[in-house]
Formats: sequence, C-alpha cells, structure tokens
Amino acid sequence: MELTDERIKELEEQANKIRVSIIESLIEAGSGHTAGPLDMADIFTVLFFHTLKHKPKKPDWPERDRLVLSNGHICPVLYSTMAHAGYFSIEELKTLRKFGSRLQGHPHRDYLPMLETSSGPLGSGLSQAVGMALADKIDHGLTSQRRIYALLSDGEMECGQTWEAAMLAGKEKLHNLVAVVDRNNIQIDGYTEEVMPLESLSDKWRAWNWHVIEIDGHNIEEIADTFAAAKSIFGKPTVIITHTIAGKGVPEFERDYRWHGKPPSKEEGALALKELRTLGGKIKSEHE
Amino acid sequence: MLNPDLHLNKKIFDKDVEQVPIRKGFGEGLLSAGEQNQRVVGLCADLTESTQMHFFAEKFPQRFIEMGVAEQNMASVASGLAAMGKIPFISSYAMFSPGRNWEQIRTTICYNNRPVKIAGSHAGVSVGPDGGTHQALEDLAIARVLPRMVVISPCDAIEARKATEASAVTNTPVYLRLAREKTPVMTTNETPFEIGKAQIFWQGNKPRVGIIATGALLYQALLAAKELEEKGIAVEVMNLSTIKPLDKKAIVALANRAKAIVTVEEHQVAGGMGSAVAECLAEHKPVPMRFVGVHDQFGQSGKPEELLKHYGMDKDAIIKAVKELV
Repeated sequence: MELTDERIKELEEQANKIRVSIIESLIEAGSGHTAGPLDMADIFTVLFFHTLKHKPKKPDWPERDRLVLSNGHICPVLYSTMAHAGYFSIEELKTLRKFGSRLQGHPHRDYLPMLETSSGPLGSGLSQAVGMALADKIDHGLTSQRRIYALLSDGEMECGQTWEAAMLAGKEKLHNLVAVVDRNNIQIDGYTEEVMPLESLSDKWRAWNWHVIEIDGHNIEEIADTFAAAKSIFGKPTVIITHTIAGKGVPEFERDYRWHGKPPSKEEGALALKELRTLGGKIKSEHE
Repeated sequence: MLNPDLHLNKKIFDKDVEQVPIRKGFGEGLLSAGEQNQRVVGLCADLTESTQMHFFAEKFPQRFIEMGVAEQNMASVASGLAAMGKIPFISSYAMFSPGRNWEQIRTTICYNNRPVKIAGSHAGVSVGPDGGTHQALEDLAIARVLPRMVVISPCDAIEARKATEASAVTNTPVYLRLAREKTPVMTTNETPFEIGKAQIFWQGNKPRVGIIATGALLYQALLAAKELEEKGIAVEVMNLSTIKPLDKKAIVALANRAKAIVTVEEHQVAGGMGSAVAECLAEHKPVPMRFVGVHDQFGQSGKPEELLKHYGMDKDAIIKAVKELV
C-alpha cells in the first residue's frame, strides 16, 4: 500500500490503539513489562499493518514472511498488534498471563500455535531467524523474496549467542534477514551504558558484515521507508537500530528503567490510558 | 546364550571381533538419511570429521552448514531451520552439545517443539587421553530430563546407523549419544531396531539377575554374562539403547523374571540410565539393584580400558555387582 500522508496518520492512530491495549492488558494481568512494549508499538504497527507479507486469518500461510520476537518479555506489544491485525479478538488480550490463557507471560507456541517461536530467555532469537533465513536460502538461493524479521532488545546484545548468530549471518550473506534492535537504552538493572556499555553498537554489527541503518523508532514514515529500503540490500543481512524512548507514549513512564519489568497499578494505568486516549496533543503528526 | 532371534554377530566373542567406532555409524546413517530425504540438513561446530558428519558434508555441501565453535548458536539455528520444514542434525562433542548449549536445546528445540536431532559424540571416559573436560558423563541425565526429547544410546556402529535413520523420520527432538573409540560390533544389518524397544541380547535359564546395559558397555555386560554362565550363575542381558521413551514393559518383565537388576552405563550413576530404570522399578516392581557407572567423579586421561577398570565399569565390575545380588 502506498505510504500517503493519510496512511501515515492512520498508522499513527493504530499504534496509539495498540498502546492502549498494552496498558489495558497489563492492568488486567497485574504483572508484566511496560516500557519495551510501549516503545516498540510504532515498529510493530508498521510491520503488521504495512510491511509484513502475512494473512492474519490464515496464519500458517506458507508464503508468509517470518517474524521472530527474541525478547519475549515484550509480548504485550506482539499480542496487542496481532489482535488489532485480526489474528484473534481484542477481547482475548484481557487473558494475558492468566491460567489457561493462550497469551502466556512469555510467548509459547504450544498455547498459541500461530507464533513463529516460543521465546523468553534472551539471546536466542537471532539464531532462530538465521536458521529460517538459511532454510529459505537453501530452497531459493539469491532469488529468495521472503523476509525474516528478528526483533531484538538492546539488552540482549550482551549475550554472546547474539554475536555468534550475527557472525554466521554475515558469513552466509543472508540478504533475506532483517534484524531490528530496540535501542531504548534500558534493561532491568539500569541504563545499558551503565550495566554493560554497548556502544558503538553500529560498529559491532558492521564488523560482522551487516548493513547497518539507524532510525528514529517513533517516526512511522521513516520506519516504513527503512523496511522497504532493506529489501534492496544485496549480499548482506540488514540490521535496523531503532532509537526508541523507553515507555514511549506515557510521559510518566518514559526514559525510566524502573518501568522495564513492572506493570502499571490501576491508578497509574488509568492515568496512562487517559494520556494515550487524548494523544491527539501528544505524539504530533507532521502530516496533519 | 545369545538370543538367536536377533541375528547378532556370530563372532561376537571371538578375539578378532570387528571393531568400529559408534560415531561412524552415525556418519553413515546421516548420509543415508540425506539420500532418502532432501529436507535433511547437517550442522557442525568445527568437528565435522571428528563427529563423522563429513560423509554428509562432502555429498551434500549445499545442505551442510559449518557453524564454527558456536554450539549455542548451532542449537537455535537448527530450531529455525526446523521451523521452515528442514530436518536438522547438529553434531559436536556431547560435552558441548547438549552440554554447553543445554538451555538453547530446552527452549528453542524442546519447548518450541522443533524436531532437531542432536548427535553428541565422544561420550564417556572411553574418549581416553583427552581427559575429563572432554568426557561427557552427564549428557544422558540432562537430555532425558527434557520433555519431548527422545534419548538413544546405541550399542555399536550398526545400531547407531539404524538409530540415526530412524531419528530422521520421527517428529520429535532426538539426542543420539555416540562414542569415539572403536568398539565391538554386536549386531548385524538383520538385527531388528525400533526406537523405544529394549531387547534381550543374552538369555538365561531361570536368571538370577537381569543386567540392563546401554552403549558400548553392553559388550562388557555380555562378556560378564558368558563368564557368569560358565560359573553356573544364569543372567539375562538387556540392550536398553532407547533411554527415553523407556520400554517399561520389558524392564518390568525382566525384573519379574530375575528378581534383581544391575544397570551398566558409561555415565554418572546420578540421573542416567540406571536412574531411569530405578524410577520405573521403584513404582512398578521394586527389586534389589546395583548401579555400574561413574559415582560422582570426573574423568581423567588414560587408555579407555584403564579408565573403565579404574572407574569400575568393566566386565569384572559387572560380575562383582551381580554377585552382590546373588
């Protein structure tokens, strides 16, 4: 679909609805992660409503692109986006983290088979995406049209396995692989640069023969254009380092690492919902 | 006497019994599985010849991926390949896979329900001179504890070939335990093999002890049985190559016949095959037991036979354990 100004506005509004669903489901669950899901809402919106080749009503469609969520703890944004995209009802989001729910605290394919992977332990998502990209390359070689998207946190750049996978993808020249790093600068124990400095992150990826793009993770147009541009890269995997604001959308939560791993209380949640629902004034669209 | 129905190697007790490394059977089995199914892919962490994956790699270079020394990545990459319909076999030394990459196997393979086949070579003290770092004695325990994982410890190269071929057509994760050294070939191409099926290799009239062995030590168990029979002590010897799913029916039947059980494995006694048998018998048919294996120690450098003797896993140790129960 063409990325008109109207379309961009529509996607921005969609991202806001997804943020509302994230807060609503976290309040209901009484546990879970807040900052990451909120800051990845714009990326997920663009992927599920613009970029991905997929059929929400036919999740096992063989031709689909693959989306691997490595940092499973931000699953409220995955579930909310999937619900809004039509994979299941928005009502079901209220079952998050409850006994018997398909929406497990960390994604589990046994309960929700339409997920591409189960995830939670950090550092293994990129490897799985590399495996998927390799399989597609074995079958289709350089003509492979499919894209494998690996969504990663910046904290898991501290895991050795991430770099094992990055090294292999560079060696195998996986043009069909796109990694997205949520550079929100926080993790459970604090700010990444204090817990374990990651910079210069882009140089690290470049060293393993990746094409590196850095973007504003809240600019819908830039996100969509970057995913499109990544399709033209030949002979290298692409990593998009998306600079995001942890907790984006609720000023009281933004940039504070303490929101990494806790849900809002009922009162905090009510405030957040009020802010998100009146977002008209908050996240300004340049296309109005 | 040897079970005549199983078409076992007739020269089994000869001095010049054929000796082949179990890992070689894996290499041949993988090549044959690759020939039969294009979806089979091979991944190795810088030990391609050592784990005998080179037969496959040379024949199918497009379906072989050299991972470098990165076992954690190897397990999860294999999960991704399986997600796209491939049948991945990953190989390294057992100490590193499923040792080093256990959590990746748990989460991205078993929890994720991806049918990846894990070949862990150089298991047991019989690795010899390389020493304790490379002698996996814990792999059966950490593999069998995982839901969905099938665990097979073949007794010889021929059984390893059959187990590898059978693994390629099962829809579950499988751990194949392999050994480095040449060991006696006890079975033949005609010996039946089925995952999950235990077999009585040595039959005894009114047996007083049932010996349950897994892996190459089955040969030591057969030597012990023969010597015991000559001394008038009848025993039965079971080849328990599939440790999970456990052939409970056959194990309970053996305990019913023999009233006492000795387990034999080149592995820590804690958590290994003997533990699996004990779990079964404690519930269904409690009988006195002895456990031949490594008792809470690490391995060390030495010749395989020296090490088997030192850690109490050779023929004489098995005979001693049987006599304690008679």
